[in-house]
Order: sequence, then structure tokens, then C-alpha cells
Amino acid sequence: MNVVIDNKAIEVAESTTILDAAETLGIHIPTLCHLKLPHLGVNNCPAGCRICVVEVEGRRNLAPACATKCTEGMKITTSSIRVMNARKTVMQMILSDHPKDCLTCSKSGNCDLQAMATRLGIRHIPGEKYAKMSSYNPDTSPSVIRDMDKCILCRRCETMCNEVQSVGALHAAYRGFDAIVTPAFEQNLEKSTCTFCGQCVAVCPTGALTEFDSTAKVVRMLANPAKTVVVQAAPAVRAALGEEFGMKPGTLVTGKLAAALRRLGFDYVFDTDFAADLTIMEEGAELLDRLKKHLAGDKTVRLPMLTSCCPAWVNFIETYFSDMLDVPSTARSPQQMFGSIAKNYFAAKIGVKREEMVVVSVMPCLAKKYECARDEFKVKGNPDVDFSISTRELAHLIKEANINLAELPDEDFDSPLGSSTGAAVIFGTTGGVIEAAVRTAYELHLKKTLPKVDFEQLRGMEGIRSATVDFDGLELRIGIAHGLGNARKLLEDVRNGKQTFHAIEIMACPGGCIGGAGQPLHHGNESVLEARAAALYREDKSKSLRKSHENPDIIRLYNEYLGKPLSHRSHELLHTSYHKKGVL
Amino acid sequence: MKRRITVCGGTGCKASASAKILENFKALTSSLEDVEVAQVGCFGFCEKGPIVKIMPEGTFYVEVKPEDVEELVEEHIKKGKRIDRLLYTNPVTGLHVEDSTHMDFYRKQQRVAIRNCGTIDPENIEEYLAERGYDALKLVLNNKPEWTVAQIKESGLRGRGGGGFPTGLKWEIAAANKAEQKYVVCNADEGDPGAFMDRSIMEGDPHSVIEAMAICGYAIGANKGLVYIRAEYPLAVHRLQVAIKQARENGMLGSNIMKSGFGFDIEIRYGAGAFVCGEETALIHSMEGERGEPTFKPPFPAEKGYKGFPTNVNNVETLANIPVILLNGAKWFASIGTEKSKGTKVFALAGKINNVGLIEVPMGTTLREVIFEIGGGIKDGKKFKAVQTGGPSGGCLTEKHLDMSIDYENLLAAGSMMGSGGMIVMDEDDCMVSVAKFYLEFTVEESCGKCAPCRIGNRRLYELLEQITEGKADMDDLDRLRNMSNVIKDTALCGLGQTSPNPVLSTLDNFYEEYKAHVLEKHCPAGKCSALTQYIIDEEACSGCTACARSCPAMAIKGERKQPHTIDLSLCIRCGACLTRCKFNAIYTK
Repeated sequence: MNVVIDNKAIEVAESTTILDAAETLGIHIPTLCHLKLPHLGVNNCPAGCRICVVEVEGRRNLAPACATKCTEGMKITTSSIRVMNARKTVMQMILSDHPKDCLTCSKSGNCDLQAMATRLGIRHIPGEKYAKMSSYNPDTSPSVIRDMDKCILCRRCETMCNEVQSVGALHAAYRGFDAIVTPAFEQNLEKSTCTFCGQCVAVCPTGALTEFDSTAKVVRMLANPAKTVVVQAAPAVRAALGEEFGMKPGTLVTGKLAAALRRLGFDYVFDTDFAADLTIMEEGAELLDRLKKHLAGDKTVRLPMLTSCCPAWVNFIETYFSDMLDVPSTARSPQQMFGSIAKNYFAAKIGVKREEMVVVSVMPCLAKKYECARDEFKVKGNPDVDFSISTRELAHLIKEANINLAELPDEDFDSPLGSSTGAAVIFGTTGGVIEAAVRTAYELHLKKTLPKVDFEQLRGMEGIRSATVDFDGLELRIGIAHGLGNARKLLEDVRNGKQTFHAIEIMACPGGCIGGAGQPLHHGNESVLEARAAALYREDKSKSLRKSHENPDIIRLYNEYLGKPLSHRSHELLHTSYHKKGVL
Repeated sequence: MKRRITVCGGTGCKASASAKILENFKALTSSLEDVEVAQVGCFGFCEKGPIVKIMPEGTFYVEVKPEDVEELVEEHIKKGKRIDRLLYTNPVTGLHVEDSTHMDFYRKQQRVAIRNCGTIDPENIEEYLAERGYDALKLVLNNKPEWTVAQIKESGLRGRGGGGFPTGLKWEIAAANKAEQKYVVCNADEGDPGAFMDRSIMEGDPHSVIEAMAICGYAIGANKGLVYIRAEYPLAVHRLQVAIKQARENGMLGSNIMKSGFGFDIEIRYGAGAFVCGEETALIHSMEGERGEPTFKPPFPAEKGYKGFPTNVNNVETLANIPVILLNGAKWFASIGTEKSKGTKVFALAGKINNVGLIEVPMGTTLREVIFEIGGGIKDGKKFKAVQTGGPSGGCLTEKHLDMSIDYENLLAAGSMMGSGGMIVMDEDDCMVSVAKFYLEFTVEESCGKCAPCRIGNRRLYELLEQITEGKADMDDLDRLRNMSNVIKDTALCGLGQTSPNPVLSTLDNFYEEYKAHVLEKHCPAGKCSALTQYIIDEEACSGCTACARSCPAMAIKGERKQPHTIDLSLCIRCGACLTRCKFNAIYTK
């Protein structure tokens, strides 16, 4: 159909919105609440902010460009005086109920609202002196901070939490000026069904939802000469950190990451990849153990076995599938395995007391902050991992320390907790954990070398995938889900017996850890996720060792300390148990 | 002579003990032959309730008390002597008026939608059947669905809930959308303050709504009806429940209505009284158990409504018109009213008007006829100042609009709207800035909060009006008030927000001088804004008794004993204590 936008004629497909039609003409209509996530099939379009309004000939009032579909012969003006006045006035209204602490807001410089105020040339807010402002109690959890005074009710978080993640922790409540997005009964997030996946934070346009920032505490530890500060960095971090420094999505900065951490003053710069290899040893052994028992006809053993690396996913199953708590692997996540090994094995090795060692993790994730604070992972109140900071927080630290990441030389991680295989690095993307597990399980089970290391059938961005892997005649059925909404669907199928699997990998965030809530904001651009995933597979390919059980330092760790996978000591240090969480 | 005593059983009269009146009549006439006592729906003349009407003579008793019943039975029923003191008195002539047809309140009315209110017992289906009830449904079932749609289209009926969308067209669209399931929804979420026509219809003639829903179901191909009603309407809910049960028992609802093979049934859904849930998409979300907030249209409910299925939403009054249109013919209905607004409209008269109540007049009747003839003019002989039509988001119309004939287009052009038919009259004592503030307070409270202009903008409008009524605003603020109002109208998501600034804009247009007085002179001409009221002591009249000074909690009054006192306005808190205390009428306000 034919429409005219700002005197330019264009032909568009049926049901194209004015916003999209204008975009193809290079006319960028400003939007605030709208967020399209094509790869998730989600379009947050409440048409609530009214910033994108345009004039349509013959129409009584202005039309929101995001939600209004083009009709034949439509004549649209995107920037008449009437439109500009409306946008500016509405923006002034929104700002009249928004705190003015931009200078110290953690979202400053990365805030859609701030950018829009600049774009629309807002210089003052009329009536400010008597305008009542919303005032809510801040809600602080170990992962996410909610400051609802800064909420503009774009409802993006609600869409993520409900439609994408199916967690149902956040929903609009109350009405009019008092409307707010909140957990049920205005509880704190910690008491809600929140899994701390943080996808709400990843899409929040303002400072209303932000991560709990631990950088100041980390700096204090670095400044304390009595502390030995050990850092671990997760696989997905190296594929995204560069974006915060203007590099193209998918730029690998593994060597520069190690160098930057060293410049920041960490005493030992290690790699979570090492612990990922360790996870495979334990999880792979557990899978083989369960599989053998199952094949031998043992009815007490539960299959499928679910991966347990993702802490948001663990929170989710504890809340919504508490009848299935014997299904996930008991293996701790790589972050926690690392912490445990660092504070037990490594601390003893270098002669440092547990209390004098501080373990910091750099994670693409916000749920990791919650995970490291769990009681299961503390010894006499001392956590195995003291602080978990996100990729974004690390970027802030690097900038604050005036380190030019791009110009740093590539350096290696320290030994012994810094060596890793290609299997570990692909943990950062959906399908990676299960591929790593299959590589090791195959060779340990069949006692022969894999003909081909790459399992293409396990890769991709499809939300729910299934594949079979041939274990010399035994067809291993594997399920993969990323995004908790997909996880729910897959789990319900398993629970109802609609589908059977031997093993399932679940990651809470769309794309896996590369799309984690602690990563540089990707603003719903799927190509960013694809580039990050490709980077991890590239790193895997470039490694000389690509199977976890071939990691020499892992072999040494078992020889020196743990004995063998699933040993008594392994159980004590590397495994955990799950607990039912109330829904309300 | 067989007599029928009808007692109003509407919520208003019930609040004034009409149930007791009914009970007394039943007790005192139980032994009498040829006397029937019935509870009926609202007569509309609520100002003078409780109302008792005795047929066949049509004697219309007003303000009846339970203790009057004995006299009524003894004198009127037994001896045929009417009791003059219980008759309505024409305020102009001072004469008693025996029957309603000769009362100014009823003379210009034409009752179509509320035809059975005040006539039949709403809890007795037989009485509805006797008034050709369910004949329209029978007629419809004997024709093709398209016939009904064509009839409604031809009648020119438009939505009575506020929007004024052509009902026949709405049905046609819903009928054209093919789906395995469709719904007919009756919007009974009447939310305008002061409006109670929908409640009265459900209380007085519930079967007309049920019949119309079944007709609509047949016409659009739906077999399921839902009534979304405010839970705060217990009597209406009860009468609907009774009526639905009776309709099922009589085969007017169910799987095979009148053995036609057509099945239709109705469920009641309760609303929690949110104004915005009268907006059809919000109403549907509320019924689905979701947050009651509107969504962008299109898709319209006719395409994607309740649970994603095509849904036709009509308001109660609209539906009440349907059976009678089909029985009397589309042409008959189209002959009433104006060119673009056909039929009649029910209005709820309220405010500073003599005859408060529910009226139904043909479209095209003038405001003057409604207010001064039917409504009996302004209370206490005061001067008419404005009439607010269309509920909280309608506009205030003035003297110059009085001879305008009422229809959808004219009201819109005058800066107001039809809305659901609220009509609130104001006199010279009303401050129009305060009136605008009052309505804004309502929309601020009732905004769902989804879109920014309504959520924040209306609140800011309210705050600005507060500044004006407190004498803290300047002339730039008046420009801002207008600009914000225009932008909210232009950008809000749903009908609530798009109309909420109407009271502000219409008062700015029609009473700008009054705004200016508040801003420039810090003076409220109507004397309503307490912050702007000045208490002044008349030196001549003051005896210097010191009573005022002693009563003043702010110590704002100074003066020697037996000398005239003065009020320090900078200290005065405008509480009025001095004024009530002064025995010499020496204190006045300005």
C-alpha cells in the first residue's frame, strides 16, 4: 500500500506501522517505551509514552507511530509544530515525575530518557516547584535494585518478566499517578518469584532497574594489603567487554581482559573457564553415572539430567518446578566451583588463610550476585565467592582506572586456575555446556577419541532445540532451551511425559550467558548476540585442547586433591542441593 | 374496579423506605379483592420519591411515607378519594397535579429505552411478556441474521455509552468476522458520577437487556453473552440474576431458544468500579482477569475481543432500545430525533435543578427545554450559570448554548459530549475553576496510569488548578493550562484521557474572566475558593464586643474594646469562626 510520510511517497507491506515505514525512509521518529525484540517474537508496544506521536491527515488526534498501522493513502507528518509541541509537552510531563539526580545516577550516559530529553531540547520543566513526585521505597536485593521513582512505566520489564521469561515477578499495580510496576503485594524482589535473571534490568530505559553495584567494595579489597584478591572471569565476558570500549560486537578481548584485570591490581587473574572444565568433569561423570544406572534398569534414577550452571535457572526450578528438584545435576556452577577450589585448594597451596582471600568474579550475569550470597556456598559465613561484578561494572572500573583496553597487550591468565579448553569457553552461549559435556562423556564412556569435536546439531539461536547424539549405537536425546519461557515449555513437556530426553541444557537468558543481564546492553539487537556466540566458537576452534578432560591442570587437580569425579571430596566441595521456594 | 398499586423499587426510592411502603400496602390490601400491589422500576422523578402510582386512574403520589399507606388504602382504594397532600404541586401555579401525564416533568419526555421502568414488575417475567416482551426475539429468530443487522443499521441507533458509534455497523463488523466462538458483552460498568440510567434499566426492566443480548447473539453469530456490571449495583445484579433465571426457565435463554435451534446464554461478570473499565478494551481485559487498562485500537473487539475472539460490546441503554426498534420498525425509530442522532436519550438530571431525576427525551430537544421545563428550572430561584454534560469528561455549557438542540454532533462542537448522559446544572454560586478542578480530581483518581499524558498530565492540570484557586498562579499558567489540556486531548491513549481536559478547556473558553479574576485580582467571584475569600469587618456595624477576636484561632483580629475591630488578612486562615460568632452581622466576605 502507498503512504506519504513528510511529503515522501513510499510503498509498504500490509500492517506495517508508521514507525517502521518512516524508518525505511530514513526518518527516525523518536520512541521511548517501544522495544522490539524480533528474535524473541516480542514487541513491547503499550503505546504508553506517547512520544512517537505523529500527525495523520484526517485524524482528530495524534497517532502513536509505534502502534498505528499504515492504511492506503495515509498522509503522515512526523514533525509539524503541533507534533513537536505535543512531544515536548509530554516529555516535560514525564520528566516532572522523574528525579533529577542524573549526575550520580548509575544509568547516566546510558539512559534512554536522558537521551530523549537531550534530543527534544528540554531546558526546563514547568510547574516543577509544586509538582508532586512519585515516591516509593527502594527495593534492594543482592542482584537487582528497584528505584521506582525513576520508572516511566514503559512496561518493558513487565514484558520481559512475563512474556519472555514467564517468571511473573513484575506487574503493573495501582492506577493513575500511583501506578507502579512491582512484585505482588509490593513485596521486595527477594520475596517474590524473581529469579534475578536481570532481563528487566537489561531493557530498562532509565535507572529504575539497575544491578547491585559491588565495584566500590572490590576496590576497597584491592586497596587492602592484608587481602589476597583473586579474580575469575566468565567465558561470555571476553566476547562482549570490547563493546563498552567501542569495539565491534563479537570482538574477542580475552588477552586484554587478563591484562586489564592485572592492571587493576588483582593478585591472581584466573579464568572461570578452568572451573567450567571442572564442571564438565563432575557433571559429565554424573550424567554417565545416571545413564548407566538407568540403562541397567534402576528405577530410582531420574532422567533427564538438567544442567545447573545457570543460577537464575536454578532459582526458577526451585520456585516453579519444585517437584523436579532431583532432576538438575547436583554439580555447582563454574563460579561456585571456582570459589570453592580457590579458597580450599589454591589458598592452601599459596599459604593464605581462607579469611584473607577475597574471590571476585566477573560475570555476564546478575543472578550470579545472588548465587554467591546463597548460604550453601558459605563456610562459617565466609562466602566462596565474595563479590560478583558484571561485565558492565568491570568496564566502569577499567574506565575509572584510566586503562585503555584497546592498547593493552594480550596477556595470559595465571596458573593453575587459569588454563582451560575450548569446551569451557563455549559455556557462554546456548548449547555450549551440553556440547562440552557430550565431548567429554563420549570419550570417557566409550574410551575412544571423538571422530569430530564440533556438534553442529546442538548450536543455534532457536529458543527450544532438540538433537540426538550417537554414542556408538546409543542415541542420546538432548534438549536445549534458553530464555525461561522456553525452559518452562520444555520442562512442562518433560513433566507431562510429552517429550523424553537424557540430558537438557537450560540457560535463563535469551542467547545464553552472552545475552546475560550483566553484559553491555544489546537493545534487542539479535545480531549482537550472534556475533558474541560466533566469537566464542572461534575461540574454541583456536584452542589446542578442546575437551575438558584433557586440561592438564584439571588432571593435576584430581591427582593432587580431589581424587576422581564424584569422589567424597568432590561432593563436599563441588556439589550442592536444591530447595523448594514458595511462589508467594 | 380492579386496581394496581405500583411502588417504586429503584435504589433511590428504596433508600427512602419504599420497601416498607410496599410491605404495608401488601399487608393492608391482602384481604381486598381486585387490588394488586407491585414493585416496579424507577419512575425517574427521584426528586420527589418514594413514588406510588395507582392504576388505572394513574394517580401519581409523591414523597410517600410508610405511615401514609393506611390512609391511602382507606381513602383512595376503598373510597376512591384521592389524597391531595400527597400529590405533586406545580411550583408555578401552586395547583395539585393528579397524574404524571400532566406534569411538566413528564410532558416532554418520550420513554423508549426506559419504556417499562415504573410500569412492570422487574422480577416477574410475565409482566415483561405482557408488554410484548421477547416478541422481538421471536421475530428475529424467524428471519435471517442479516435482517436484524439491516434493521438496526436502518434505525440509525448509535452507542449510548458515550462514543456514539453506529450500533448496526458494529454488529455488521462483528458478524462479518468469522470465528469458532464469538461473544456479546453488555457494558453495565456505569461509572459517570451522577449517571444512573443503566442501573435503572437493569433494576426496572432487566429482560429488555437480556432479550437484546440474545438478539445480538443471533445477529452476529454468538452464543455466549457476558454482562460486565459494577459490583456496587447489588439491586441491579439481583434483578439481572432473577431475570436470567426466569428467561432460562421460559426457554428464552438456553441451548434451543423457542425451539429455533439457536442457543444463547448469559453470564454475569463483576467489575470493581474502575471508571476506565467502561472503555471496551479495558473492560475486556478486566473480564479476562488482566489489569483493567485499555489497549490500542485497532484491533477492535469486533475483530479480537474477549479471549481473542470477535466480541460485540454494547452499553445497557443501547441494548434496551433494540427490542422496541425491531417491534416498531426501524423507520419509526429513525423518525425520532435529528438527522444524525436518531431516537431518544436518557439523561440523569442533577445539581442545582428543581427536578432531579432520570428523564428520556427525543434527540434534538433543547437544553432549555430539559433544564427549565422538564427540570423545573434552577433551585431557589437562582440564576443559571452552566450545565455540564457527558459525565466527568464532558464540558460546561452556558447560557448561549441553551437553545442548542441536543445531539452527538452539537455537543461535540460546543466542546462537550453526549457521554452516557449525565447533566449537572450549576448556578451563580458555583465557581467554574473549582468545578473544573472537581472533575479533574475524578479523572486523576480514575486514570489507569498506562499513558503518560493521562497519568501525569492530568495530575499536573489538577495541581495547576489548585494553584489558581489558591491565588498562586500567574497569567502564563493559564496559557500552560490550555496547552497541557490540548496536548493531553491530542495524545492520550483512550477516551478517558482524550476527554479528561474538557472541563478545563470548556471553562477556559466560556469563563475566562473568572479565571482571570482568580489570577490577577486573587479573587473568586463566586466566593467558593476559601483561600481567596476575604473576611472583612464592617466598621459601622461593629460594636467592639471582642467576641470575634476571642474566637479567632489565628489571632488575626485586632481592636480595642468598644472600638471597631479589623482583620489582618495576612494572618487570617479563612476558617469563618468570626463570621459565625458575630451577633451584629458586622463581618462579611468578599
